[in-house]
This record gives sequence, C-alpha cells and structure tokens, in this order.
Amino acid sequence: MALLLKNAHVVDPAVELDGCMDVLVEGDKIAAVGENLACEGAEVIDLSGKYLVPGLVDMHVHLREPGFEAKGDIASETAAAAKGGFTGVCAMPNTNPVTDNGVVVEYIKSVAAAKGHCRVYPSGAMTKGLKGEIIAEMGDMVEHGAVAFTDDGRGIQGAGMLRRAMDYGQMFGKTFMSHCQDDDLVGDGQINEGAVSTRLGLLGWPAEGEELQIMRDIMIAELTGAKLHIQHISTARGLDMVRAAKAKGLPVTCEATPHHLFLTEDAIDGTYNTCFKVNPPLRTAADAEALIAGVIDGSVDAIATDHAPHSDWEKSREFELAPFGMTGLETALGLVITKLVKTGKITFGRMVELMAIEPRKILGLDQVAIAEGSVADLTVFDADMAWTVSEDDFASHAKNSGFKGVELTGRATDVFVGGKRTLANGVVC
Amino acid sequence: MFNNHKHLIDISEYSDTELMTILQTAKAFSEVNERTIKKVPTLKGKTIVNMFNEPSTRTRSSFELAEKRLSADTLNFGGSSTSTVKGESLIDTVMTLDAYKIDCIVVRDKHAGAPHIVSQASPAVVIDAGDGKHGHPTQALLDLYSIWERKENFDGLKVGVVGDIGHSRVCGSLIPALKIMGAEVTAVGPNTLMPPRPDILGADHVSNSLDDVLPDLDVVYMLRIQRERLEGAPFPSEREYHKIYGLTQARERLMKPDAIVCHPGPINRGVEFDSYMPDHPERSVILDQVYAGICVRMAALYLLLGGADNGLAS
Amino acid sequence: MSSPKAVIMDETAISRAMTRIAHEIVEKNEGVENLALVGIVTRGDLLAKKLVDEIERIEGVRVPLGSLDISFYRDDYLTNFAPAVHATNIPFNLDGKRVVLVDDILYTGRTIRAALDAIMDLGRPNRVELAVLVDRGHRELPICPDFVGKNVPSSREENVRLYLEEVDGRSTVEIFDVAPGGHVGSAPLGGE
Repeated sequence: MALLLKNAHVVDPAVELDGCMDVLVEGDKIAAVGENLACEGAEVIDLSGKYLVPGLVDMHVHLREPGFEAKGDIASETAAAAKGGFTGVCAMPNTNPVTDNGVVVEYIKSVAAAKGHCRVYPSGAMTKGLKGEIIAEMGDMVEHGAVAFTDDGRGIQGAGMLRRAMDYGQMFGKTFMSHCQDDDLVGDGQINEGAVSTRLGLLGWPAEGEELQIMRDIMIAELTGAKLHIQHISTARGLDMVRAAKAKGLPVTCEATPHHLFLTEDAIDGTYNTCFKVNPPLRTAADAEALIAGVIDGSVDAIATDHAPHSDWEKSREFELAPFGMTGLETALGLVITKLVKTGKITFGRMVELMAIEPRKILGLDQVAIAEGSVADLTVFDADMAWTVSEDDFASHAKNSGFKGVELTGRATDVFVGGKRTLANGVVC
Repeated sequence: MFNNHKHLIDISEYSDTELMTILQTAKAFSEVNERTIKKVPTLKGKTIVNMFNEPSTRTRSSFELAEKRLSADTLNFGGSSTSTVKGESLIDTVMTLDAYKIDCIVVRDKHAGAPHIVSQASPAVVIDAGDGKHGHPTQALLDLYSIWERKENFDGLKVGVVGDIGHSRVCGSLIPALKIMGAEVTAVGPNTLMPPRPDILGADHVSNSLDDVLPDLDVVYMLRIQRERLEGAPFPSEREYHKIYGLTQARERLMKPDAIVCHPGPINRGVEFDSYMPDHPERSVILDQVYAGICVRMAALYLLLGGADNGLAS
Repeated sequence: MSSPKAVIMDETAISRAMTRIAHEIVEKNEGVENLALVGIVTRGDLLAKKLVDEIERIEGVRVPLGSLDISFYRDDYLTNFAPAVHATNIPFNLDGKRVVLVDDILYTGRTIRAALDAIMDLGRPNRVELAVLVDRGHRELPICPDFVGKNVPSSREENVRLYLEEVDGRSTVEIFDVAPGGHVGSAPLGGE
C-alpha cells in the first residue's frame, strides 16, 4: 500500500533538498518527491512542522546478542534504535561467541530479520576471538553479509598482526574500524589520566594510550592501502592525526560519540557515577571542544553512539569493577539537535551527513536519498519537541545512560524502514 | 552528625576549624587512654560494623580499640568471611548489614569510592578506613595530631612527603588535610611514584631530590614502599631507592635540628630509612602516630555519632 | 542573649558563699587530711579552685585539685550534643581520697550522676561529697548536695546561670527565661 507523507520539511544535502514537500512511498521505495503530491488510496500522514531526512544509521552499536542477552538483545536494542530515530545500526562483533565467522553473522541477521526494529549491519572481527593473534575468516563473513571489520573493545596490540589483517582483508573491499588502545600504556586505567583521576584515586587512562594507536593504525593503513576508520575518537591530538592523514589523501575517517562531544571527565568528579565509565574515557573540556570543532569542519566524519547496554547490577558496583560503556541510541538525535543544531554550530544538512550519509559511505552501504527510486529508509523528527531524558522511557533493556535528567529539544517521531513504519508518533512498532 | 558532616570520607570537605575540633577532641580522649580504666560509656548501645573487605591488621585493630573504649558494640565483618568473596555485591552486603540495625559502618576496601557507595546504600554513618588509592582520612587525622603535638602550629609548616605518593591512599587524604591546615607541602619521589597531578592533591612543590628539599623541612613524612609489588616495579631495586630516597644517617645531617620523621607503617627498616631512624628518640614520632590513631578515631566516632540529627536517635 | 530577669547573687555574695562552703568542708571533714577537690567543667572547676584557695587561707594547706569533663558520660549525648570537649585533668591518685565534687548550679542531678560514674572510672575514693554554688531544685535523680551556697527556687522555664570574672568578665548568678528551643544549662564559654 502506498504511503503519502505530506508537508514535511525535507532535508537531504545529497540531493540538495531543504524545504517543505511531500514524499510518496510505494512498496519499499520512494515513488515521488514534490509539492502537492496526491495518490489515490494512499495512507496519508501529515508531517507538518516536522523534518524528514534519510534514515539515520548508527555505525557503532553493541546489540549484546548472542551471548549477553541479560544486558540487552537484538529485539530490545533495535527497538531503542527505532525510538532514537535510526533505520539501521552496525553491530559490533564482541558477542559470545565472537562474531568472527559466517555462522554468527548469519545468526545476527536472522534474529534481526525476525525480531528487529531496524536494519542490522553486522561487523566482523579482524582476529579470531578478538584475541589479536590469528586473522578471522573475513572472506566467509563478507560472503554472509559482514559490512566491516573491527576488534572493537580492544586495540590490536601487535603492529605486525594489524598489518597482516589489513594486508589480507583489504581484498574484500571493506573498511577496517579501529578501537585504539595501547594495553601496556593504559593498563587498568579507569578514567582519563589527570586531575580527576588523581582526586578520585583511580588509575589514569592517558590520552596517549589512544593516540599512539591512532598514529600507528594510520601508518599501517598507509603501508597496506587499507581503508581505516577510527572509532570513538576522544582526544584533540588524535583528531589532529586524522586531519593530517586526510590532508595527505589517505582513506582515513573517524567517528565521535555524543558522550565524548558533550560530557567531560568532570562529570565523574566526586560522584564515582559508573554511568560515566566509558572506553575510551570521557576526556577534558578542551578535548570535547576540539571534537566539536572537528564535527563542524568535517574532520569528524560521523557521529556514532557506541551504544553499550549493561545490566543495572553490573553498573551498581565499585567503579573499578563496573564495566565500561553507556547507552546512546535514544539520546543521540536529541543531543545533536540540542547541542549542535539549535546552537547554530551545524545545520540539519550537516547533521544528515554525520548521521546518515557518511556512516553509509564508510560501511559501504547503498545510499538512501530523498529521491525517486531510493529505498524508503526515512527518519522523521520534531525539532522543537522538548523532553527530559528518563530511564523510565527507554526502549533499551539497559538504563546506563550518562544523560539521565538532561533536558533536550528534538526527538524522532516516526521512522520508516523500507517503507515499513517502525516508529509511529514516538511509539516503536 | 558533626556540624553538617554525616560521614568521614572526603577530608577535603572539612574546614580547618573542624579538623582542629577533631584534634582537640582527640586530645581529650588521649586522657582517657592514659587511665587505668581506658573506657567511657559514651557509645553504649551503638553498633559499629568494621567492614574490612581487604586485609588490614593495624587500622582495624585501632578502630576496634577505639570503638571498645567508647563502649560501642562492634562487629568485625570481612577478610575471608566477606560475602563479596562469595560474589555478593557491595550494595547487597551493606543492605544485609543494615538489616542488623547498625549505627555506623567503618569501610576498608581495595576499590576507590567504595565508602561513597556504602554511604549511598545505607542510612548509617560511614567512616572511610582506606579505599583503594583514593583516601584514608583517619590516617591523615592521626598524622595531623602527631605533627600538632610536636609542632603546635601548622601555619607555614614545611612538610615533605617522600615516596610512593601516586599509589598511596594516605596521601589522598594527608596532603589535602595539610593544605587545609595551612602547611606547605613538597612531594618528593621519582616520577614513577607520582600521581598524574600532585598539585590537585595540594602539593605546593614537586621534587625528585630528597637532598635538595631536606634542609628546609620541619616534617619528613616517609611513605611505605610496597615490597610486594615486583612486576612493573616503579624503581629498579630497593637498594637504589634507599640510595636516592632513604633517610640515611648521612642525610639526617641535612635535616633541621628539630625536624621530625613520620611514617604510616608498617615500616621497612633499611628501605625508607636506616634502621636507627624509627627509634630516634627526638625525631621519630612513628609510635606516637600509632597511639594518636586510637585517639583520633575515638574523636571521629564521638563527633559523628553524637547529636540527634544523624537520623538514628529514634 | 536576652537580659536576665534577676541577678540573684553578685560578686560579694558569691565570694561570701565560697568562704562559708570552704569552712564547712574543713569542718565536716575534720581538717584536710586526704581531702581533694574535683570541679566539673565548665565553671565548677573554677569554683573548686576558689575553694582550694580559701581552704589554704584557712588551714595553710593546699589540697589537691582536679577538673572533670563529663561529656563522655552524659546520658543526653544524642539529644544535647556539644562537640566542645575539655580534657579531664586529675593530677593525683583518687584512691582513698575524700573527694568533694564541685559544680556551679545543681538542677536535675544528671550531671552529678555522670560525674560520679566518671570518678569511679578514675579510681576508688574513700568518700565523695558534693558542693554546689546554687541549688535550683527539680531533681530527677536521688542526689542531695552536702554543701550549698544558695537555694534558689526556680521554674523549669527558667535558666539559672553562673558567670565568673575569669571567663565572662563579671561574677554573678542570673535568672533568665529559656528562649523557645533554647537549652537549659551552663552558659557556653566565650558567649552564646
């Protein structure tokens, strides 16, 4: 059945759209875009006052299934994605068993097809068991649908190992996504090394522990010719390294998370609040400022959440014993609108690049454009809706958000995946 | 409740006059500890749990004596008997203890911030008896007391803290406390034993050379070198550490005639200092510190468990 | 601090009362052998010193003097908590002594109960007697003073307080109305 989306403010820089119009969806495709469209028998949804953009993709999400369903599963976390306005997520491979072979890729795809509320793009491990020792079956995983390779959760410690993985894997044409962390330097580091770590008596996780591997990974990518994507970049100097690599013409991209953009280590001071325990850690205000500057100037290619659900009892522990990570799917859009768009730092067009166009490009996915013939993966949001982040409201199984109690403006109201509605007036379908 | 303080966790929340009140109260308790009958009925009927989630003999003994001399009922909960060893979470353990209807929990834990968690999970008064590398406020109080007894005034007093500052919970409380009282603090040690930001703790100066700073110091506070740590050791050998940072007989000649030597114990003779130094009749206050520990802990318990506003009176 | 309703003893009256009590103590104890005075802080200790001075003037002997802080023995620790603790100082052995406890105002008797417990923890005196400057009645415990400077009828809504030249700049005993929520007891050292 056809779907006529009326009077939305359509923003899509890829096709230079920025204005009020109608979008007609037939089947899983966009059939027409224009003013005053009509279609006999179509379901009409009036989107006056709302924005319609290409479906958002979060390229860094932990769905926890298989293996850690107590924290969250594909059904619950894709519901969180839909509620947050996303039409697709890239699932990280640190599952149990690890997503290091085609069987696990297939499992994730089949569960997502049966129970998911958005598209799931599995990524595959670079090394077997994420151990950094033996190359994983990248060819098999690509054949079954893996979109990228990463050992996210850890950095590959050996430069030779990284080179082997990139040398071998680049024939499959996928991007290598790096979690940058030098284990010997970081050790048991808990939070950013500096004033707050000193005051709280927590071991420091120094910026250099990340920057060393960013530099190394860029050099190995240059050596091997592999496409490199730096995950959850958190430091000003690390971003400068990415900038320099781009200037040199290397195929290097990076993502930043809302928590590294909008929170700092100061949030932990005096509270030992484990919701703020993330990896890499929240850094200084100067780092956050530099990342925002990178979002504006294009050095940061994508905004991704590193959505990491954990059980409440795991987070209600001594800081040093609590696991790293916070959720992000349901707050990312509101945060970006509130902190970046409403403040005039970026346009909605730039937001669409950061959260839809660039993630698809890096993951090698077909682009979605608000144009005839494109797949109808669409996100609709009310840019003026004021709301307060509350754990009672999360569709995610987990409550470990670092933004609870924060007042935001802007929230997804409707999401369509292949023309099928997954979010209707803020309710996950 | 002591002024507006319900707990003793972060010493930097206390003012100089409040810390001085604790020291003066400790002095009153010192008189009790000199008596034949070293016991007063002040905390009769109060139940205090010593929750020691990591091994500690000295601090626990000191707290236990302080509690008993105040007539409190004490329960030692910890060591191999802890539920946490059996996998129970800290919060669940605290809730279990609360069901016993207790008034105060003294917490020792190897994880920084554990007393903070306990204070949020329990209505009881919480006293930090050392948490991870974060703090050890009653140790700082006993250090202040020992220094005060000998020097009478903290204003402009030059204190050198020597050794493993970066891994020391003692320093997390002592250096801020000395700053609150008006002392001038120099952190001395190799960079491998320094915290990332000694200035954040309150160190006015940082030096790698004990010889350079020793002539100016009124108080030399030697920190314990952890002999048990071998892998990833922050210095090559005890021999070299002793050579550069040990308080040797030769170095003692650099000290002011009235400079005193403190150490939180247990001491390593021949590492932190030459063996005669802990026994030095004029300089060493190490055993005075041990005694002061009982007095300041009695004072802290007395001040925090007194008054109706602690929500426990009913 | 409100002004007093009445000044019931001035410096001269206090001085005369102390002289008389000193005589009575010596008379009742048939001299000063084994006699020792212990004053309860705050101000009882100062009165005890005056008595020791008087007894020395009368008998030519300076009897041992101690001071006692009863903070650690109070039964109202939870409800009437005052952090200021003054060290107890009894520089002699209490065993076998005839101890005269000295306090300023005798009211409910609870302070004296605490003081007796404290004394017993410190030694085993032969006998303990009680000297007070003012007995204002309203006893809540079976305690009766041996030596009294002045009996002052008062109501529970009144505060009877001693001020001494050494710490307060004047020597008087005054009666006040208790302000709502105010506490009945000695004036704090250094003013309210």
